[in-house]
Amino acid sequence: MVKRIAHLSRIALPDNELPQMVSQLERIFSLVAEMQAVPTQGVEPMAHPLDLRQPLRSDALRQECLSREELMASAPRAQDGLFLVPKVIE
Amino acid sequence: MSMAWEVVIGLEVHVQLNTRTKIFCACSTAFGAEPNAHTCPVCLAMPGALPVLNEAAVDKAIAFGLAIGAELNHRSVFARKNYFYPDLPKGYQISQYEIPIVGRGHLDVLLPDGMEKRINITRAHLEEDAGKSLHEAYAGESGIDLNRAGTPLLEIVSEPDMRSAVEAVAYLKKLHALVRYLDISDGNMQEGSFRCDANVSLRRPGEPFGTRAEIKNLNSFRFLEKAIGYEILRQQDILEAGGKVVQETRLFDANQGETRSMRSKEEANDYRYFPDPDLLPLQLEEERIERVRAALPELPDARKARFIEQYGLPTYDAAVLTAAQELADYYEIVATDQDAKLAANWVMGELLGALNKAGLEIESCPVVAEELRQLLTRIADQTISGKIAKEIFEILFAEGGSVDAIIDARGLRQITDSSAIVAMIDEIIQKNPQQAADYRAGKEKLFGFFVGQVMKASQGKANPDQVNALLRERLQAQ
Repeated sequence: MVKRIAHLSRIALPDNELPQMVSQLERIFSLVAEMQAVPTQGVEPMAHPLDLRQPLRSDALRQECLSREELMASAPRAQDGLFLVPKVIE
Repeated sequence: MSMAWEVVIGLEVHVQLNTRTKIFCACSTAFGAEPNAHTCPVCLAMPGALPVLNEAAVDKAIAFGLAIGAELNHRSVFARKNYFYPDLPKGYQISQYEIPIVGRGHLDVLLPDGMEKRINITRAHLEEDAGKSLHEAYAGESGIDLNRAGTPLLEIVSEPDMRSAVEAVAYLKKLHALVRYLDISDGNMQEGSFRCDANVSLRRPGEPFGTRAEIKNLNSFRFLEKAIGYEILRQQDILEAGGKVVQETRLFDANQGETRSMRSKEEANDYRYFPDPDLLPLQLEEERIERVRAALPELPDARKARFIEQYGLPTYDAAVLTAAQELADYYEIVATDQDAKLAANWVMGELLGALNKAGLEIESCPVVAEELRQLLTRIADQTISGKIAKEIFEILFAEGGSVDAIIDARGLRQITDSSAIVAMIDEIIQKNPQQAADYRAGKEKLFGFFVGQVMKASQGKANPDQVNALLRERLQAQ
């Protein structure tokens, strides 16, 4: 279970850290279990803690932005305007 | 096949909305730019950058919802769909999960046998597109272009209401026509603006649904039809051999004409959706909905009703002609001041036939509507016969040009000069004395023989009505 979550999150988890992670996650799960025990029938699920509405933006192009070179400056690998990453096989 | 299987099909369609800017940032959505030229800190997932929702994407989703008679959710919620892939920079896609903007609606679809079928639509939700990975050019590496990342998508999910590949194609075509009518997408399937996934399963009629396979990324109507056809045979073979269909994602290989399992993705199918804390729930005010409703164009079903009313067309003709906006526009130009039914026959018969044969869509039709209309004008004013008109149409379709120029250049003007026709008739009667005598003796059938001879002698240009009348007269006279 812990290994699966680590894999889904792409976190490398050495075996010697597993027991600690298991006990921490168990504490979180027991908190969730406590919350699940609260009767919530008839209560609308809350999607966001702020009681505000989503502001909308007009569909207008931005006038200025950072250049592509600036935006890509921190990429470990780039060429021909593309980010390069280790080969992804479909 | 031992006993009939029933195929059950549901479609998920991803429609790229044709907004100027992306759904959560003000980058351009234009296709074909230099790689990563249309990116910014938001769509590159720079730390601290926050999404702001584009109102045009919201309005286009509302327009779609209104057009399919759907319940619009006045409050909808954006959620994170978590998975890792290099063309998804945030590590999650912003989508809608539990509460989409568009709820249940429907589409009435015309089937090739002339019957209509209602396909229910479960929901449609807003989400962002991913970028593109280029695997070919770099040894051991993939190139990532994030221009498309953040382009607004409307994902339209149907109920499993379709029972054949033909029904699925008819539904997809209607949906395609609708998004173009609404001007919410350019619908360009080659560029990926309109993509389809198909869920296909088999069952014995009346039994519960079988296990389904999901076929991904079908980007043409033909591929959809072929992929479903292949999938039906594949599942049928498994089931009749006593096996079980595995629930999985499959890819259609257009070159081989078959679907193939994408095993690699099976284990990653846990998206851990949760509400996106960067976005507040989306509230739709009545005022916004009404503004969108007021701006809706004439939709296919309304246009069909108008064609029946205004042009006096049969329901079937009206449905075919309004199936695509371009075709309906084309027809209305051709039918202007013409016999509307004749115009419909030409557009549905000659034109669609020729397009179909050439594998073309109406958008790339080589005959402009104004020329087809001129052709009908020339039939009506008796410059040419219907038969010659078909010849001219073939020339127009193959070579282009104008109707009047073709008539003049090729001497196709109809012969309406009675004395010229009589001269031809007399010559033919003279050459065929025996047939003429037999006709006069009561062999009425020979009349057709004489008509044929006259039309042949005139190279099809003699006015048929005049030939009929004059021929009868001359045959009796002699």
